[in-house]
Amino acid sequence: MSKRIEINDLDIYYGAFKAVEGVSIDIEPRAVTAFIGPSGCGKSTVLRSLNRMHEVIAGAYVDGEVLLDGANLYGPGVDPVNVRRQIGMVFQRPNPFPTMTIRENVLAGVLLNNRRMSRSDQDDLVERSLRGANLWNEVKDRLGVPGSGLSGGQQQRLCIARAIAVSPDVLLMDEPCSALDPISTLAIEDLIEELKTEYTIVIVTHNMQQASRVSDKTAFFNIAGTGKPGKLIEFDETAKIFSNPSVQSTEDYVSGRFG
Amino acid sequence: MTTTIAPSRTAQNPLTAGQLPPWAPWGLLGVSLLIGAAIAGLIAGASGSDFSVVIVGLVGFVLYLVSVTVVSQLIEGGRKAADRLVTGLVVGAFLLALIPLISLIVTVVVNGAARFDLQFFTWTMRNIVGEGGGVLHAIVGTVLVTLWAAIISVPVGIFTAIYLVEYGRGALAKAITFFVDVMTGIPSIVAGLFAYALFALFAGEGVRSGLGGAVALSLLMIPTVVRSTEEMLKLVPNDLREASLALGVPKWLTIAKVVLPTALAGIVTGVTLAIARVIGETAPLLIIAGFTTNMNYNVFDGRMMTLPVFAYNQYISPGVQEQAYFDRAWSAALVLILIVMILNIGARVIAHFFAPKSGR
Amino acid sequence: MTTAAPAAPRAAVTNRPADIVFKAVSTTAGVLILIALGGVALFLVVQAVPAIIGPIPEEEGANFWAWVWPLTFGTLWSALLAMVMAVPLAVAIALFITHYAPRKLAQFLGYLIDLLAAIPSVIYGLWGIAVLAPFFQPGYIWLAQNLGWLPLFSPPASGTGRTILTASIVLAVMVLPIITALCREIFLQTPRLNEEAALALGATRWEMIKMAVLPHGRSGIIASSILGLGRALGETMAVAMVLASSGVVSFVLIGSQNPSTIAANIALRFPEAHGITVNMLIGSGLVLFAITLLVNALSRWIIAKTTVDGGR
Ligand SMILES: Nc1ncnc2c1ncn2[C@@H]1O[C@H](COP(=O)(O)OP(=O)(O)OP(=O)(O)O)[C@@H](O)[C@H]1O
Ligand SMILES: [Mg+2]
Repeated sequence: MSKRIEINDLDIYYGAFKAVEGVSIDIEPRAVTAFIGPSGCGKSTVLRSLNRMHEVIAGAYVDGEVLLDGANLYGPGVDPVNVRRQIGMVFQRPNPFPTMTIRENVLAGVLLNNRRMSRSDQDDLVERSLRGANLWNEVKDRLGVPGSGLSGGQQQRLCIARAIAVSPDVLLMDEPCSALDPISTLAIEDLIEELKTEYTIVIVTHNMQQASRVSDKTAFFNIAGTGKPGKLIEFDETAKIFSNPSVQSTEDYVSGRFG
Repeated sequence: MTTTIAPSRTAQNPLTAGQLPPWAPWGLLGVSLLIGAAIAGLIAGASGSDFSVVIVGLVGFVLYLVSVTVVSQLIEGGRKAADRLVTGLVVGAFLLALIPLISLIVTVVVNGAARFDLQFFTWTMRNIVGEGGGVLHAIVGTVLVTLWAAIISVPVGIFTAIYLVEYGRGALAKAITFFVDVMTGIPSIVAGLFAYALFALFAGEGVRSGLGGAVALSLLMIPTVVRSTEEMLKLVPNDLREASLALGVPKWLTIAKVVLPTALAGIVTGVTLAIARVIGETAPLLIIAGFTTNMNYNVFDGRMMTLPVFAYNQYISPGVQEQAYFDRAWSAALVLILIVMILNIGARVIAHFFAPKSGR
Repeated sequence: MTTAAPAAPRAAVTNRPADIVFKAVSTTAGVLILIALGGVALFLVVQAVPAIIGPIPEEEGANFWAWVWPLTFGTLWSALLAMVMAVPLAVAIALFITHYAPRKLAQFLGYLIDLLAAIPSVIYGLWGIAVLAPFFQPGYIWLAQNLGWLPLFSPPASGTGRTILTASIVLAVMVLPIITALCREIFLQTPRLNEEAALALGATRWEMIKMAVLPHGRSGIIASSILGLGRALGETMAVAMVLASSGVVSFVLIGSQNPSTIAANIALRFPEAHGITVNMLIGSGLVLFAITLLVNALSRWIIAKTTVDGGR
């Protein structure tokens, strides 16, 4: 199921503006990799370039390689739609489809792609995905109500269920807890802990404790100044980054003496 | 937005010192109107004409404005006086505007009731001279012409909006936006001339057809449909597009299955309002659809009567039994107003009940 | 800024046929609009040219421009009169709805205004000819008797009341809901903070409107008035029905000799027209189109110039 991602010397652009420069990271399968760094340093940008969501923005493009188990996502002739089916994404703000019920939201990846599926297979998939997202018990009696009627934390778990329902190899999460209360945040963190047995997970977070709690490896990004491109400063075991980083600016950042 | 909260026992409240009591403006208004009535009575008596409500209103209003300003100036000071004067003017403007609108509705309903009967809706005007007859042919014509106008303009309008919001960049999108703006300003009669010029090219001078009318109406409808659809598509949060794309859904399916359904209620409302707008158009149909007393189900050939043209034609060129023609004109106008109202209210209902529930 | 961007940005390759088809359909729809408009211009010009360059029947006038001038004058004059009446009223009504009426009533009035804006013009025409003209006719006689020394009211007064003033009043009533609806929207967008800042300074309601609402809405008021003007210029049926015209050029408001308007003239004559008359009428339609185009462009320009923060 889960696959390894290798980023080789990646530059990322918004039109003429170079947002990120020279990033190389090895993302392990069945592990959680956290991206941390000050605002605007390009964490989201790097994350979105991992499933080619970056190029949805007009004029945006990348230069470099991203290998998924050795296959280049940006190779000639690669269809970004297929890439996104293998690499799922959870966004900062929960965004269930407002016209769909909870059940339809979970099935969205299937339904929207016009794939045929028997009713019982659908029911299985809904239950499996919602259980996977720790939401089954809370919503199993009201699968037919609009997804936007749930609480913020439930909506976010619904979005996770929606992402894992298409059985991706990798799950990208961009600050998935930043719009949530502490209890919901804990629920999501527990979920990430469980999900990593099956998926490769990359998570962007502003919360240092969260990074140290959930991740196995951590990448620290920084930016030299406004208008300059963001860069990868240090990438290592999470324990090492938070206890004994090898770069001074990493230590400044994780100890809160910065930004 | 009420700003004056009048506590009940205010006699000695220092906060209300130096203010006119709340009843004072009403008292002044009453006195002013009484004086106005007296003057109107005097004029009526002197000149032998009827008692004029217009004079009562006019004199009363002016007297009220003057008196309330002066009294307020003396007791409350200049700032408050200006405020009261403007309040009087604004409310007066509103009431003044109500008069023609109420008069219009009442006139249409009262006069239209005369022929609002079964025969009116089941007969055409074939071989009718004088009384009797009906608008069935005109109703059929209006429905057909409007239907064809919608068939032409709804797909074009919606797809253009999709192009502008989801794909359009650069010169072509700019040009389309600009020319849709231009289209909004085309006078309806010019749209009729265009349809005539277009059809005359194929069918020769003097051409008349329902389809020509539909083309003319489309020209008026398309910009409204594009604009309202565009607005609605822009309201769909980008989050949803991204969520769908991130599930590996191709762009066109994202648009068709996520963006359009989310905006659907708004789009349907916009289209309904656009139909309501063109269904009453007279000028272009007068030119290209023409008029006839007979039923015509074929939009591709021959003159086709429509409701607005019927109303116009009956009123403007009555036969010997004038009143019969006038009655039919008013009843057609009443039907037209009812149709427009139903469409408008329907649009609101759609917007209200079919909008996606926004959750919290 | 970083140094130069690398050579070839990799475009996203979308090779799905359905995607391509969908995009092509959307683009075609847009292009179709351009073609249609091009067609409008082209056909109208082609049909108008014979009348514009060639001779026209003697009883119509010396040439096309001499023939179209009185109509153009009537169009502009009636629309101008309508605006003079409608704009102040519309602004006042919009203020009433947004700042004076109770909230519930205001919402209902908003709906009502939208509804009124949708009433077909032929109905305004019927009402103008049947109710308004006879209602004002005695007033016109009074004006001619008592204020006849003013050029605007010089006698003789019309016997039917179907004067250019009546037509303009009908036009004003028609564009009133349109301008009011736009102004109302603009007034509702006044930043709440500005209004509250003014009120917190102890301003009366009128002072608050002067300080916060009107400055914020000024360009919007102008632009919506001009849009209303565009409607008044192109309005056909109401004028065609109400106005008893004789093709003169005259500023007299209450007489029986009134200028006609381009649109009304087309509506009245087209059904019976043939030969060169059709070309003349289409030519005059082109003139009307040009005028409304100019007016609308002006309003867009004002909106664009005065909208400082166009950002989202
Ligand atoms: N759509 C865009 N168009 C142009 N520039 C953008 C766009 N999105 C982001 N940027 C720029 O790219 C740089 C990196 O942005 P990014 O969103 O990746 O930062 P981030 O690290 O995720 O910040 P945060 O922690 O605040 O989310 C910033 O300078 C930002 O201004
Ligand atoms: Mg971010």
